[in-house]
Amino acid sequence: MANNQGEIRYLTPQSVEVKKKKYCRFKRNNIKYVDYKDPEFLKRFLNEQGRILPRRITGTSLKFQRKVAQAVKRARHLALLPFVTDMLK
Amino acid sequence: MKNQYETVFILTPVLSDSQMKEAVTKFKDIITSGGGEIVNEEDWGLRKLAYPIQKKTTGFYHLFEFKAEPEFVRTLEIQYRRDERIIRFLTFRLDKYAVEYSEKRRNKRQAVATEAAAAPTTTSTVKEG
Repeated sequence: MANNQGEIRYLTPQSVEVKKKKYCRFKRNNIKYVDYKDPEFLKRFLNEQGRILPRRITGTSLKFQRKVAQAVKRARHLALLPFVTDMLK
Repeated sequence: MKNQYETVFILTPVLSDSQMKEAVTKFKDIITSGGGEIVNEEDWGLRKLAYPIQKKTTGFYHLFEFKAEPEFVRTLEIQYRRDERIIRFLTFRLDKYAVEYSEKRRNKRQAVATEAAAAPTTTSTVKEG
């Protein structure tokens, strides 16, 4: 039968992803200072290409996102973290 | 008013051990003679760089934590730029949270050192585990 363009009907209703409440890990276990010297911790805030993950994915608050970004840039300056790479994890 | 600073610099791997030691002591003397007071010193030794700097893929990392006058940092950085063994450096003023953090980190490292205590390692040149 001619499939009608654009309008796709699903058999079962598309399950919307249940929204997990994101929290800022720094506030939660009250870390106050993001150290630029240990790349292992900073890697959690980078994606595979070595770029900084946005807040909407990591869920960190604005204040700590800036500290993390500052720390990552310092680590990159000191060649502890790469600027761009393909398989970081 | 003395601020607390933390400086990390990378030496080219092409240096022999004695040259490396000499470079490190040279900068330690610069800090102490320039009115600074070294609080902590760490030697991370030879580490692989995340990207090649000046065609080299490894470097000797060294960290100094010191208290000094703000003007002093400028002279220190001029020395860094003048010395061609240093391929990269970063100085950073510690705010109050950073000072607290480095305090905790130092005690933790000393605990690790004393607990490891295989050889009588001096607290200053503790290798990062």
